[in-house]
Amino acid sequence: MDSIIRVDDLTVAYREKPVLRDIDLKIEKGRITAIVGPNGAGKSTLIKSILNLIKPIAGRVLIEGDVYSNKNQDIAYIPQSGSVDWDFPTDVFDVVLMGRYGKLGWFKRPKKEDKEKAERAIERVGMADYKSRQISELSGGQQQRVFLARALVQEANIYFMDEPFKGVDAKTELTIVNLLRELKEQGKTLVIVHHDLRTVPEYFDDVILLNKTIIDYGKVEDVFTDENIDRAYSIKREAVGE
Amino acid sequence: MDLSIFKDYTIQIVAIGSAILGVISGIMGSFAFIRKQSLLGDAVSHSALPGICIAFILTQIKATEALLLGATLSGFLASYFIFSIVRYSKIKFDTALAVVFSSFFGLGVVFLTYIQKLANSNQAGLDKFIFGQASTFLARDLKMMVAMCIITIVLVGLFWKEMKIVSFDSEFSDTIGISSQKVGMLISFLIVLAVMVGIQMVGVVLMSAMLIAPASAARQWTNQLSKMIVLSSIFGAISGVVGTVISSTTSKLATGPVIVLVASVIVLISLIFAPKRGLLWRKLKFRNKNKEEYKVIE
Repeated sequence: MDSIIRVDDLTVAYREKPVLRDIDLKIEKGRITAIVGPNGAGKSTLIKSILNLIKPIAGRVLIEGDVYSNKNQDIAYIPQSGSVDWDFPTDVFDVVLMGRYGKLGWFKRPKKEDKEKAERAIERVGMADYKSRQISELSGGQQQRVFLARALVQEANIYFMDEPFKGVDAKTELTIVNLLRELKEQGKTLVIVHHDLRTVPEYFDDVILLNKTIIDYGKVEDVFTDENIDRAYSIKREAVGE
Repeated sequence: MDLSIFKDYTIQIVAIGSAILGVISGIMGSFAFIRKQSLLGDAVSHSALPGICIAFILTQIKATEALLLGATLSGFLASYFIFSIVRYSKIKFDTALAVVFSSFFGLGVVFLTYIQKLANSNQAGLDKFIFGQASTFLARDLKMMVAMCIITIVLVGLFWKEMKIVSFDSEFSDTIGISSQKVGMLISFLIVLAVMVGIQMVGVVLMSAMLIAPASAARQWTNQLSKMIVLSSIFGAISGVVGTVISSTTSKLATGPVIVLVASVIVLISLIFAPKRGLLWRKLKFRNKNKEEYKVIE
């Protein structure tokens, strides 16, 4: 198999407190990978470290053999929708258009072509009727779809998503799942922080089980075993059902 | 009302100056407002006082340029302290801000009392920087203010999309190669510049109101950042001109505080009457909704 992201010996700490320890990892190209683990396992920290948003105290991350800053136009990031202030004075179209800013470069304004791309992405996530809507008027699921559209216009090869299914309605969940499959068919790589264990086998090809260190990673059918899940969530068999 | 004041050269200069100040603080106040750094302007302006005093002690003359340079340096030093405390300790932004700006302001007042005991007659009027004194505003100062206004508009125009995205989603902008740290620094720099420009006119205590009042009023009327900034500049300019006119038609009425009061009235009107976000509109909507529900129950 062909790995697109390599994490070597990564250790991350917040004020001396280690959050991730000795992470060694390879993420395969063209597959949908879930990052799964209990609260505080460092799932978001792991993708933020790969995205160069958090500086590790040791180790390195390579994307197609290169450092992040040389690859940032190949990568799209969908943060948790709660990470921004939705009362910001702007509308849906404008937020989606922001996905083009990286490709545009400094000083340049979005052109007609960029605007058309934004329009298409908004249609693709089923938000065409909300194009001019003020973002404070959106539901949680609609916010998530706006972020998804913003990532689509980036025309990236690798997508990172931080809990895209968190607090969304059934319609949005379906839109996201269909989109993930579409992107995979186009040969894109998707890395997704996920919290719903039940849907892991249905939505994902690969899984990374994380709890401050790597518990195991690989194909869902090989790695997503009861034993590994118990290890990741520190559950002792006897304790279950109490 | 005596209309001859509009022909008075000094008042014209002051009115134009406060209008331009309104524009600058309207633009940068909008950024401070949406970035939730409304109090940063307050901290920076209060922290300017020791800088003004030290500049005076060193030069022994009351040259606006030197004093404002001192003000700028101590303003920057204060914001550096605030951000460093947040970064290297567990103390939160609001606490760091309160600690730094009150100690800087306290130090400034101590220096001021020291200067007032000096035999140097030049010191008279230095305390005017606390509440500002628009009447000392000269044609020369106006030139500087116009220059600052042009610098602000050009930089905001050039870095418009960068400033917008960094203010909305700083992590996302970092992932696409737009450094939130660099752009954030540029925004903070321009906010400090706006504060410094306004200190002479409205003083260190009330300058933050000039930043925040027009911006918060403008936010009530629009949902678009570009429109908000334009509206905020207009509100700022109106406050400046109306405030100057009111204070010059009444004797012994300081201009700075009147400008701030006019801005506050605009905020009050916007909070109540603005469509959608206004209190009145929301109350009416709530009542209509209740009526409908009542009908359904009937």
